[in-house]
Amino acid sequence: MNWSLLSQLLINGVVVGMLYGVVAMCFVLIYKSTQVVNFAQGEFLVLGAWVCLWLVVDMELHFAAAFLFTLVFMTIFGIILQMVVLRPLIGEPIISVIMVTIGLSIFFQSLMNWIFGNSAVAFPQVFETQSVELFGLNIETAYLFSLVISVFIMLGFFYFFKYSRYGLAMRATAFDQQVAQSLGISVKSVFAMAWAISAVVSGIAGIVIGLVNSVSSALAFIGIKVFPAVILGGLDSIIGAVVGGVIIGMLENGAEFVDGQYLHWGNLYTIAPFYILIIVLMIKPYGLFGTKDIERI
Amino acid sequence: MSSTSLRPCGDFRTTYKADQSLFPTKWIFRWSVIGLLVLLCSPLLVDEYIISLLILVGIYGIAALGLNVLVGMTGQISLGHSAFFGFGAFSSAWLNTTTEIPVLITIPLAGLMTTAVGLIFGIPAARIKGLYLAIATLASQFILEDFFARANWFTGGSSGSVAETAMFFGIPLDTDIRFFYLVLFWTVVSCIAVANLKRSRDGRALVAVRDHYLSAEIMGINLTKYRILAFGISSFFAGLGGALFGHYLGYVSAEGFTIILSIQFLAMIIIGGLGSVPGAIMGAVFIVLLPEVMEALVSLVISSAPIFSGLESGKAYIKEMSIGAAIILFLIFEPDGLAHRCGQIRKSIKLYPFSY
Repeated sequence: MNWSLLSQLLINGVVVGMLYGVVAMCFVLIYKSTQVVNFAQGEFLVLGAWVCLWLVVDMELHFAAAFLFTLVFMTIFGIILQMVVLRPLIGEPIISVIMVTIGLSIFFQSLMNWIFGNSAVAFPQVFETQSVELFGLNIETAYLFSLVISVFIMLGFFYFFKYSRYGLAMRATAFDQQVAQSLGISVKSVFAMAWAISAVVSGIAGIVIGLVNSVSSALAFIGIKVFPAVILGGLDSIIGAVVGGVIIGMLENGAEFVDGQYLHWGNLYTIAPFYILIIVLMIKPYGLFGTKDIERI
Repeated sequence: MSSTSLRPCGDFRTTYKADQSLFPTKWIFRWSVIGLLVLLCSPLLVDEYIISLLILVGIYGIAALGLNVLVGMTGQISLGHSAFFGFGAFSSAWLNTTTEIPVLITIPLAGLMTTAVGLIFGIPAARIKGLYLAIATLASQFILEDFFARANWFTGGSSGSVAETAMFFGIPLDTDIRFFYLVLFWTVVSCIAVANLKRSRDGRALVAVRDHYLSAEIMGINLTKYRILAFGISSFFAGLGGALFGHYLGYVSAEGFTIILSIQFLAMIIIGGLGSVPGAIMGAVFIVLLPEVMEALVSLVISSAPIFSGLESGKAYIKEMSIGAAIILFLIFEPDGLAHRCGQIRKSIKLYPFSY
């Protein structure tokens, strides 16, 4: 038993898991408020990361400025996407909605590969120190940064939904669209806002992951990895998304440890979450925190 | 009324037999026969490249028909169809090399093997539906892809496996033209099988499950049985198409059966028309031709306006983007697909001067 490797991997798992949690939160946000399953969540991440990288490298902006510009860009992107593509599909059957987001995902994936290239590009050095010593463990600064950002986003979400007027409007819309509309909430703008927030936060997550690893179209796979996390946590629970994300992140790294030390299969790391997904769907389809779907005739 | 060649506006069929006939009008039957004859003679009419496209249309069409049974008729979304397609390709190659059974027989046998796998992966469908099922099939896609990469005994691992050429009574079906007839045979058989399924008791049960599963259950339809059965049927056709695909290429590798192909299958049936037999084939034609058309279009743009010569390097990306864009545009502007549009056109021709 290699304890130091295991603990290192588990810490990585928590950090990565927090990021999964953030992306899963964006996914749940869209699902809850607009009943759309967003298969293009991964592309949001890649888009945010590429735009920020482009601003830093080619436009030679300072990282902070590039970061802010990316957020503005992602907001506009999310709103336009909702208005142009998703709005005509309100009330369509679930397969249409799923397929439209899949279509978006293919479209943007190849568009971005075309514009930004296929190869992975690393961010230029953003932090002065490469890694810090914490409790006797070696942690990369980028990891620490990503952890801080994740916690910050989660607190932001909590505050937004609990106390702000718009958050309340969104919760009301998620609860019942017709009632919300009759109480004077503009459901259209709530939908647009949900997509905008989701795009912005995914963009942030993309930048953070880009800092930790490097930016490439492979980041989009996180959009797929989110599914085990949200199913485990429950599709319509924001807390569930965070918990599911962290569990999946740790489990993934745990699987890598077992694989590397004992089994030597090679790719248990990527496939383990999907086995978990199937098992969860068989035993407890609504996840840990999801609301059970009760149908009346 | 049903004896007239053109139906008057509205449905005037008065017997069950007329309602369930395979060809609703005589002209549809005649056109089908003419179309089949043209396809049979097509090697004389067109060059080999078109034949190779037709083979692809046939293979993808068979798989899309299977997916249409699952998605269009039963209303269960599957994002893992290409994994079953791949499983068919591998199992036919594996059966042929290990047991020496001739390829012509291993192709349907591979379909049956894939059915078994499809039934296993269909078990979650007994409990979950809609979105949850879509995600479960997504997981099965990745699990099967991982299996292909790992199971050396079955798939040859990362190096892939060799699929022998099919032999027809001593004639090797090694050229595109010879193989075309094999694909055409299976495509016609599959089309008739699915069209017949739609007329049978089981087919109606599947449609009832799609339309309202609770009502279907109250009417005595065994939901679990039919949901899993739909998976079985759809994976049979996927396996059949996959086996043909494997023997057509002569070589099967695990990289060919990714989620992108699954999405393309879904795109075929959405573009063609959910639940429609000719729709699945039309969708396959559309998806196979789309890259070709885009290629020609890009070349045309470049030759007419040299300013856009930068597009040359992006050809591959434009082809991929066009698939995504086609899905989005069809869902927004023509959600019922090409088959529905064809019906509309037929109707408007029939009613031409007085459209009301």
